[in-house]
Amino acid sequence: MAKFRKPVYVTAGYNTIALGPGRKEWRPKDTRPGIEHYVKEAGMGALNQVNDPANIDEGVLGNFMMSRYCRQGNRPGFIPMIHPALEKKPATGTEGACGSGGLALTVAIKSILADVAETVLCVGVEVQNSVKSVYGADILAGAGHYAGQRKTGHAHFFPGKFSDRAGFYFKKYNKPEATREAMALWYANAIENARLNPKAQEYYNDLEDPFAVGMTPPNPKAFCENINYYDCSKVTDAGTALIFASEEGLARLGVDKKDAAEVISYGQAESDITRTPDDLSVLWTTKAAVERALKDANLTINDIGVFEFHDCFSIGGIIALESVGLAEPGRGPDFVKAGRIKRSGDHPINTTGGLIGYGHPVGASGVRQAVDILHQLTGKAGDCQIQIDPNRPYGLSISMGGDDITVICTIYKKTGI
Amino acid sequence: MTLDERLQNVSVVGAAGKMGSGIAVLIAAQMAELKEKNPDVLYRLNLIDISKKGLIGLGSYMKKQLIKHAEKSINAIRELYANRDDLVENTEMIDNFVFESMQVCNLTNNLDAARDSDLVFEAIIEDIPTKLKVLGRLKEICKDDVIYYTNTSSVPIGLLDEKLGLNGRIVGYHFYNPPVIQKLVEVITNDKTDEEAKALGMELGKRLRKKLVPANDISGFIGNGHFARDGLHGLNEVERLTGEGFSIPEAVYIVNKVSQTLLIRPMGIFQLIDYVGVDVFWAIFEVMREHIPDPTLKNDLLNKMMEVGVKGGQNPDGTQVDGFLQYKKSRPVGVYDISSGSNIPIEGEWKEKLDKYIGPLPEGCQPWRSMLVDPNKGQKLERYFANLRRSDTAGAKLAVGYLERSREIGQMLVDTGVADSPQDVNDVLLNGFFHIYGPINNY
Repeated sequence: MAKFRKPVYVTAGYNTIALGPGRKEWRPKDTRPGIEHYVKEAGMGALNQVNDPANIDEGVLGNFMMSRYCRQGNRPGFIPMIHPALEKKPATGTEGACGSGGLALTVAIKSILADVAETVLCVGVEVQNSVKSVYGADILAGAGHYAGQRKTGHAHFFPGKFSDRAGFYFKKYNKPEATREAMALWYANAIENARLNPKAQEYYNDLEDPFAVGMTPPNPKAFCENINYYDCSKVTDAGTALIFASEEGLARLGVDKKDAAEVISYGQAESDITRTPDDLSVLWTTKAAVERALKDANLTINDIGVFEFHDCFSIGGIIALESVGLAEPGRGPDFVKAGRIKRSGDHPINTTGGLIGYGHPVGASGVRQAVDILHQLTGKAGDCQIQIDPNRPYGLSISMGGDDITVICTIYKKTGI
Repeated sequence: MTLDERLQNVSVVGAAGKMGSGIAVLIAAQMAELKEKNPDVLYRLNLIDISKKGLIGLGSYMKKQLIKHAEKSINAIRELYANRDDLVENTEMIDNFVFESMQVCNLTNNLDAARDSDLVFEAIIEDIPTKLKVLGRLKEICKDDVIYYTNTSSVPIGLLDEKLGLNGRIVGYHFYNPPVIQKLVEVITNDKTDEEAKALGMELGKRLRKKLVPANDISGFIGNGHFARDGLHGLNEVERLTGEGFSIPEAVYIVNKVSQTLLIRPMGIFQLIDYVGVDVFWAIFEVMREHIPDPTLKNDLLNKMMEVGVKGGQNPDGTQVDGFLQYKKSRPVGVYDISSGSNIPIEGEWKEKLDKYIGPLPEGCQPWRSMLVDPNKGQKLERYFANLRRSDTAGAKLAVGYLERSREIGQMLVDTGVADSPQDVNDVLLNGFFHIYGPINNY
C-alpha cells in the first residue's frame, strides 16, 4: 500500500490507571471494577475532549480475551454503553491477541480512508485480574497455537516462550551476561519512566536500585530458565481510548489540529500461528510490519523521534531493537547499555513506562501506545514529556500479538510541521 | 519397606487441628503424585479426629489448601501430567490433582482406621497424658513396624518411646504453623531412635520440599526453646517497665513495638504470642518445666491472661483472635488491659507518649518486609545495628538488650546440646519464624 489517500488524525487520548499488583489502589481481596467501568471511563475520557459525542460516526473496541477472563463475548456492544449518542451507530470488535489494540487502530484508519466514517472512537480494554495468574496463563496461551503448543508449553506459557528466545539469543551471540545486564537495564528504564506517569502500574515503585533487582538470577524451578519476574510485564486491568478523524472529522469535533497527531502510515503483518521460526533471535513479523510502515511513510528508522515498543518481556524489547534496524544483529544489548533508549537518549523508547512500566492490559496495549505517542507529539505527556526533535517529529508504535504472530506498526507525525 | 510403600496407607491423628490438617494436605498431595505414577495401587489417607465438627470443616479446608498447593507447584504438576493427553491447561491439571488428592482421604472419628497404616502422624493436643493414651491405643491396633511421627513442639519423644515401648519407632516431626506454607520441620531424634524411622523421616521431608533441621530430644527443642525464652524476656521487660511507672498495656505496647520495628522482625513479640496462641505459649512452659530444671520458665502475667481466658490464636477463617493485643483484620489496633478487662486503642496521645519514650528510630531502620527483599540487606543490617548500638534512646537500649538475650538463648541451645550448631539455630529462626537474621550473629 502506498501513501494514505487523505490525512488521518488522532486526538483526544485517554488512559485509565493500570490496575494490578504495584498500584496503591490494588486490593486483591476486594471486588474490582469490571470491563464496563474501564470502557466507560476511557471512552468518556476521550469524548469529553471533543464538542459533542454525537459527532462520532462509529466505534471500535480492541480486546483479547474478555470471553474467558470475564465470560463476555460480543465486544462491539460495549461501544454504545459509553454514551447514548453512540447507540445504533456502527461498532466493531477486534481480536488479535496482544495485538488486538493495534488491530483496532487499523480498523479505525480503514474506515476513515474508505470514507465510511469521518470520526471513529477507538477503545481498548482488558480485565485480567478476574483470575489468578496461573489460570490467566491458560487464557493468554490462546495467543499461541493451542493444539500444537499448549500441552508442551511452560505452565506460564508466554514467559516460557520468551525465556526460550532469551536462551537462543544468549547462545547465538555468546554473551549471556551482557544480555542479562541489558534486560535489567530495560527493566530499570521502564520503572524510571513509569514513575513519571501517574497512571502507570509501577508509578509507586520505590525500589532503590531497579537495575540490581532486575539482575535477580532466574529461578527455573519456580519460574523460567532464562528470565526472571522483572523481565515480564505484569497482569493489568485498564482501559484506553482515542479518536481517529479525517480533516473534516477534526473540524466537526471542534478539535484544533495542534491537539492532534497525523497518522501517516501503518504496516500490518501476520505469521502462521501453527509454526515457530527456526531463528528466535529475530522478530520476523515485527521486522516485516515496521519495514512496511516505514516504506509507506517514506522514512527510515532513524527519522523517528519517539518509540512505543511492545516489551511484554525485556528480551523481546532488546530483540526488537535489532529486528527494526536500530541496532545491528547481536548489538541490541550494547544499544541499551549505551543509554540510547532512555528518555535522555537519542532513541527514547517507552517514555511512559511501556508494557513493563505502565502495565500490559493485553488487548488494550496497542491503543494505549497510540495515546501515549499522541500525548508526546502534542506536548500533553505531563511529567513524561520529552523534547521532540523538530528534525524527527515522528512517533512509531509496535503492537504485537502472541509470539510475533500479529503485528501492527503505526507511524505518527506531529502536526504543524 | 520403602517410603513409597509406606505412603500407600497413612493416618493422621488429630487431622482436624491446625497442624494435622496441614500435614493432611501435604500427604494427600504426595499420594496424588504417587497415584499418577502407580495407577494400580490403592492409596489411603485416614484423617482421624475426635471432633465431628472439625472433620466437617476439614474437607473444605483441604480442598482450598490443595488448590493453593497445586497452583504453586504448577511446574511440577505439568511435568507429572506430561503424558496425559486429556490434561492440557493448568486449570485442568490443577482440578485433576485436587480431585485425586481428595479421593485418597478417609475422614473418620474412628482411631481404629489407622490399623493398616505404615506411617502414622500424630498431631493431637500438646498434653502428655493424652498423647500417651492415644499413642498407646495406636500401639495396640497398628502393625509392629509402623512408624510414628509426632508433631510435638515440646514433649520429649524419649519419654513417649519409653513409656509405650515403641522400640525407637517414633520421631519428633515438628512442622511450623501453617505446615503447608512454612518451610521448616524440626526433626527430633535421640540415641534410641530407629534408624529406618529417622532415614524415612528425612527422605519424606526432602520430598515435601521442607527445610529439615535436626534437633536433639530436649524439651522445647530449637524453635520453642528459643521462642519460649525470647517471649519470656519480653514479658520480663514488661515487668521491668511497670516498675518504672508504666502501666501493663503501655509496657506491652513498648516491648511489642521495639521487638518488631527496632529488631526488624515480622511481628512484635506479643503479636507473635497471640498468633501462636497465648494458651499454646503457656502450655509450652508447662511441658518444659516438667523436663528442664529451670524455675524461671514461668510468668505471672501469662498465668493471669490464662485465668481471664484471653487466649489469642486464630478464628477458623484464619483471622486473628484478640490476646495481649486487639486486632482488626489481623492488624493490632489495641492493647488488652487486664485490670479493666477491656482494650486500650493504640492511638492519639496514649500512643504518642509511648512512641516518644521509645525515641526516634535509628538511621537505617527499615520495615521487615522491605528489608526482606532488599538485595543489600546484609550490609544494611550491619550498618543499622551499628547505629542501634550507638543510639542512646530508651527504645534502642531495650532493643539491644533484646538482641543480646536472643543471642544468649541461641548460644545456650548449642551449648546444652539441643542444637548441633549455631547454623541450625539460625536456620530455625530464619525459616520457622521468618527472621531476616539468626539470633547468633555479629550485630
